[in-house]
Amino acid sequence: MNKKLRAVIIGPGNIGTDLLMKAMRSDWIEPVWMVGIEESEGIKRARDFGMKVSTSGVDGMLDAVEEDNIQIAFDATSAYVHAENSRKLNEKGVLMIDLTPAAIGPFCVPPVNLNDLLQEGRKENVNMVTCGGQATIPMVNAVSRVQEVDYGEIVATVSSKSVGPGTRKNIDEFTRTTASAIEQVGGAKKGKAIIVVNPAEPPLIMRDTVHCLTKEIPDQARITESVQEMIKEVQKYVPGYRLKNGPVFDGNRVTVFLEVEGLGDFLPKYSGNLDIMTAAALRTAEMYAEAMANGQLA
Amino acid sequence: MSSTELNPTHFKNRKVTLHDMCLRDGMHPKRHQISLAEMIDVATGLDEAGVPLIEVTHGDGLGGASVNYGFPAHTDAEYLGAVVPKMKNAKISALLLPGIGTVDHLKMAADLGVSTIRVATHCTEADVSEQHIGLARQMGLDTVGFLMMAHMISAEELLQQALLMESYGANCLYCTDSAGYMLPHEVTERITLLRANLKPETELGFHGHHNLGLGVANSMAAVAAGANRIDGSAAGLGAGAGNTPLEVFAAVMDRMQADTGVNIFKLMAVAEEQIIPMMDELVRVDRDSLTLGYAGVYSSFLLFAKRAGAKYGVPSQDILLEMAKRKAIGGQEDLIEEVAMEMAKARG
Repeated sequence: MNKKLRAVIIGPGNIGTDLLMKAMRSDWIEPVWMVGIEESEGIKRARDFGMKVSTSGVDGMLDAVEEDNIQIAFDATSAYVHAENSRKLNEKGVLMIDLTPAAIGPFCVPPVNLNDLLQEGRKENVNMVTCGGQATIPMVNAVSRVQEVDYGEIVATVSSKSVGPGTRKNIDEFTRTTASAIEQVGGAKKGKAIIVVNPAEPPLIMRDTVHCLTKEIPDQARITESVQEMIKEVQKYVPGYRLKNGPVFDGNRVTVFLEVEGLGDFLPKYSGNLDIMTAAALRTAEMYAEAMANGQLA
Repeated sequence: MSSTELNPTHFKNRKVTLHDMCLRDGMHPKRHQISLAEMIDVATGLDEAGVPLIEVTHGDGLGGASVNYGFPAHTDAEYLGAVVPKMKNAKISALLLPGIGTVDHLKMAADLGVSTIRVATHCTEADVSEQHIGLARQMGLDTVGFLMMAHMISAEELLQQALLMESYGANCLYCTDSAGYMLPHEVTERITLLRANLKPETELGFHGHHNLGLGVANSMAAVAAGANRIDGSAAGLGAGAGNTPLEVFAAVMDRMQADTGVNIFKLMAVAEEQIIPMMDELVRVDRDSLTLGYAGVYSSFLLFAKRAGAKYGVPSQDILLEMAKRKAIGGQEDLIEEVAMEMAKARG
């Protein structure tokens, strides 16, 4: 299996560890390095999984990039340090998949625009938007590919336990980045994002409501079919992605109710919001790996 | 609460700041359709009656304009821009719920001249408010931390969240009874604990809903325990069975010899002559709004449940009870239609 792309994961926290567990099963990606900034539970776990580890940030592994033939990196740290990480690894020719809200590179929501990004050729950096974006933008696009959407709005309700301190400190990043990707990737003229953090016990599974206001009266049959097709596309990499109710049609409003259950690799199943990020990031990396193996990307 | 605490000796000459909600919480029963002229007229009337602080925002706060909560007749900027310059003495506040509005909205409201920003989170999620509270305080605004659905956690847990908001820079903390579920002794317990543990200069406030008919009693309990800001709205115009009726509370404070600075007869006139005629339906304790208070449901779910109930043929009271069972919190209006659909399906 020497076609596998060798990878570094930056950030040994919950997301990084969940991503590692998914990547270890991949036919296309071979995780080699885990990067942290100190000794930690996450570093210890990575070591137990047989990873090489750095406890001094990206600098601690840069010299090994060539020797270990590292071609792809996942950054699961924070927007504040992402730019530096990306620059250092890009210089060594490594493709960066950004799971932070930094959004230096183009947004990537795999079933919507990954093929387009691949067509554009090699990238240095692609950004995975936000958890709410990964869950809902496929639905906005499922409507906008049928007919014009003047306005797309999403409401993501997530369990309190699945929202980490980074997101909490800068929750505006979530609403802004998601709204912007609803427009740029989802295809709505105007986007709005709302997040509700619910502390109920037992923790609730991520649920998302997607409202689209179409320019003309919605074509119910075609939109319903498009939504169901898109659900299947997302289920290819997030099996717990489900259409709970809808699409509901009310005048020009089209509403879809979703539930996202995670695989429960490292993160608990209720945190589908985190699972869909790691799954989408891995899916993106795999598609790049496949394209490279087929000689589509230089 | 012992009866001695409601003795006028605990109120005499106490300075109590009344904060009117008709033009924000009152946006819920008005489906966010209050006109600019109505906003100006009501705010002017309240200003003339001596009400010191008036909230003007979409019912769900800055940036609340949405399919999910309702599109308003005018933008927050239009409302604030119309009202602020007309005020002689009253100051204007704006509400902001992180997750809905952002610091961009906050800056806009500050530019338009609001004196007070109230940053609202669910009672357990104070740490999503750090950037907003921090910025508001840095801008020199009167900065309020507003802990919603405060009945859902213990007084001790509420204190921990209040301490977080205080540490971010809030100079006033609210115990917010969004569901109108609390009983007077529960208000007393929470405010007493906050008073004992927050900085002495940090003000305390109470925001009530009248779903159990306890808005006035709960607000009295709050003042007796050390709160000095009380939310209410003229004629109670607010979500659910409305907020604490401000003119009633002001009259009670007069009789208790507290100092609100409000002209009670002018305030009564605003309630009677301006607010009551504005109501689409009388805001009162009815079966559904009583259910909010009895089961602990977010007050602004009321009209959403009525509409979904009518659309899907399910009693709105049953929808509200199901929302309580699912432990829904403020902002989850989107769940109401889904619950109604599922209940309709289950009933065949």
